[in-house]
Amino acid sequence: MSVTLKQAEQKDVELVDRIISAYEGQPGSLIPVLHETQKVLGFLPRWAQDRIAQRLNISPSEVNSVVSFYSLFSEKPKGKYCIGVCKGTACYVKNSEGIIEKLQKELGIEVGDTTDDGMYSLEVLRCLGACGLGPIVTVNEKVYTRMKPEKVRDMLRDIEDMEKRGE
Amino acid sequence: MSMIELTIDNKRIKVDKDSTILEAARQAGITVPTLCYLEGVHQVGSCRVCVVEVKGSKNLVPSCITKVQNGMKVITNSERVRNARRTMVNLLLSNHPDDCLACAKNQKCELQQLAYQLNIRENPFEGQPSRAVYDDSSPAIIRDSSKCILCRRCLTVCNSVQKVSVLAPLGRGYDTVISPAYGQTVMEATCVQCGQCTTVCPTGALVEKSYIEDVWNALADPSKHVVVQIAPAIRASIGECFGYEPGTVLTGKLVGAVKALGFDKVFDTNFTADLTIMEEGSELLHRISSGGKLPMITSCSPGWINFVEQFYGDILDHVSTCKSPQQMFGSVIKTYYAQKMGIDPANIYSVSVMPCTAKKYEARREEMQSSGFWDVDAVLTTRELAAMINEAGIQMDKIDEQNFDIPFGEGSGAGAIFGNTGGVMEAALRTVYKLVTGEELENVELTDVRGLKGIKEATIRLGGRDVSVAVVHGLGNIREILDQIREGKSPYTFIEIMCCPGGCIGGGGQPTPTNHETRKKRIEGLYKADRNLEIRRSHQNPYVKMIYEEFLGAPLGELSHKLLHTHYRDRRTVQ
Ligand code: SF4
Ligand code: SF4
Ligand code: SF4
Ligand code: FES
Repeated sequence: MSVTLKQAEQKDVELVDRIISAYEGQPGSLIPVLHETQKVLGFLPRWAQDRIAQRLNISPSEVNSVVSFYSLFSEKPKGKYCIGVCKGTACYVKNSEGIIEKLQKELGIEVGDTTDDGMYSLEVLRCLGACGLGPIVTVNEKVYTRMKPEKVRDMLRDIEDMEKRGE
Repeated sequence: MSMIELTIDNKRIKVDKDSTILEAARQAGITVPTLCYLEGVHQVGSCRVCVVEVKGSKNLVPSCITKVQNGMKVITNSERVRNARRTMVNLLLSNHPDDCLACAKNQKCELQQLAYQLNIRENPFEGQPSRAVYDDSSPAIIRDSSKCILCRRCLTVCNSVQKVSVLAPLGRGYDTVISPAYGQTVMEATCVQCGQCTTVCPTGALVEKSYIEDVWNALADPSKHVVVQIAPAIRASIGECFGYEPGTVLTGKLVGAVKALGFDKVFDTNFTADLTIMEEGSELLHRISSGGKLPMITSCSPGWINFVEQFYGDILDHVSTCKSPQQMFGSVIKTYYAQKMGIDPANIYSVSVMPCTAKKYEARREEMQSSGFWDVDAVLTTRELAAMINEAGIQMDKIDEQNFDIPFGEGSGAGAIFGNTGGVMEAALRTVYKLVTGEELENVELTDVRGLKGIKEATIRLGGRDVSVAVVHGLGNIREILDQIREGKSPYTFIEIMCCPGGCIGGGGQPTPTNHETRKKRIEGLYKADRNLEIRRSHQNPYVKMIYEEFLGAPLGELSHKLLHTHYRDRRTVQ
């Protein structure tokens, strides 16, 4: 599934190259380069990690080790439906953890991951300021309030319907 | 060296001020258990199995990384210390598979030994099993991360010693797995199959791929003529698996034991080491006289070949086209030997015993079928051969000495030292000198290229000109030399490169521990073997002369070209 450098969009490669050039030669530049790259590409595809490794003269395994260590880095593109669960204090005490567990089970992925078909990804949100309505779950722009683990299936069915209707 | 004084378990001792508590304790004859610690290589203090009490310090300290201080009072064996160590090991065991009985490392595993040493009988913890990645993609090494205790010794060896940098910790915390980038298999990654990681892994998480079953099956098959070749380095190291001192040369007993296993013929790879010298020496002279690519680099170390193909694919024309002695042997067995003996090569099963895991990979390169069959059918490491000898109930100290079989049972002293760094260079120069000058090199011992320095240089007077040569061992030392070649600035004519530190005697298939001490002793063993042989120059080996007369013709001839030489592929993933 991985995209090689040859297949990567020329303009993406140039973008990444520009980021690396800005940091080249500075010690400790790996993390900021990865950060900036994720900002422009949305995630860190393998070709970009390879490229960064080569230009910064470190091994791909070291780059990949850092990427896989920090949960803020993602190696997969966001799914078509990005599900976010709030883990702010209010939502947390109202069992947002249970919702996350249920979602992980239903989707077969961990937080920070995307399903292999590219449909769903799962992430944790920080407080959205709608604590009274918590626990809050978002699906792209749509917001589900007062969520419970038992309502997860209905929500996923909702998404499937949306998909079928081609919204 | 300035000394300080401290007390360990009420014993006053004087040690060098730069010692660690662990070193001081060992000096005083006190055993402190360790796990992640690997002397001189990996000293990071992560497992905390080696903790001790130090008076005046609130917490227990890891002795392997804590320096001694004047007047320090250390206690290595208190209730508190014992409990802490047991807790650490119990935690490791809590997510470890209960698989010792069927594990490749059974009885040789450091974790197992530690559990025994610490008297562990039951485990109060119950853990989630560690993330299991089982990677048997390679014909040389197997990764089983369920047995990994995250000590990271393999990382240090792969990244800092060999500098191939294949392995890294991926993920974090409980989910960490030691893996090539992107969760690739070792075959997808740029692993050179050197197996150095398997010699340092304390557990069964990184081991060689075993061909023991295949070899037993062939030995039990009456239709098969099973021959085995034994590499130079084995004779100076296999004794360690049976309680002999490192460096004890056991050639006669080794042959006796291997014959007792039921092989039809037992041959000496030293013979094709000599053949390699004839071909490689001739190739070098040909390159010098015809304006060919120089420096020429040796090609007998398959880990090095993997490295150059994957990282320096643009300088492949500097690498000698000679096959390694193992592969030369393979193709000679299934052609010349088969003809001579009147055996159908399809019924020959050809085994080699090597100090090396990369040789397993080499034997499965698709071009290694120049006889029309796999030239080498199965490769066993020193460790695997020792395991077979054990399984057969053969006692090394009791077995009678025997000689290798004719016609490939004779190797010169030059062939013997192929097993250590500098040996191929020395062997080649003994013969090249004769080829160039027509005279024999008086003093055959070239001390400049001996020893364990990473890069060694020498200049030899050859036919009226000075020739510079270099000898490098351990992949971590070679980039400098290769970069010079890339930039067209190499001052050398001939370079010997061996993948593993110390050369084959320090190979990835050798007995554990393989450290500075054992490497030195094994090398001494091989030089001794060389000194004890009457014939010390490859071109004087009578059977080498015979194979040229009866079969091959001349070095670099048409048959040599077909059977003894090969080609390489540029396998770089980044350019
Ligand atoms: S790695 Fe060691 S402790 Fe684990 S199963 Fe193998 S022998 Fe037993
Ligand atoms: S076999 Fe050699 S290159 Fe491959 S992972 Fe082990 S140490 Fe690294
Ligand atoms: S694979 Fe072996 S050497 Fe590497 S971290 Fe795991 S246990 Fe240690
Ligand atoms: S041996 Fe000292 S911390 Fe592991």
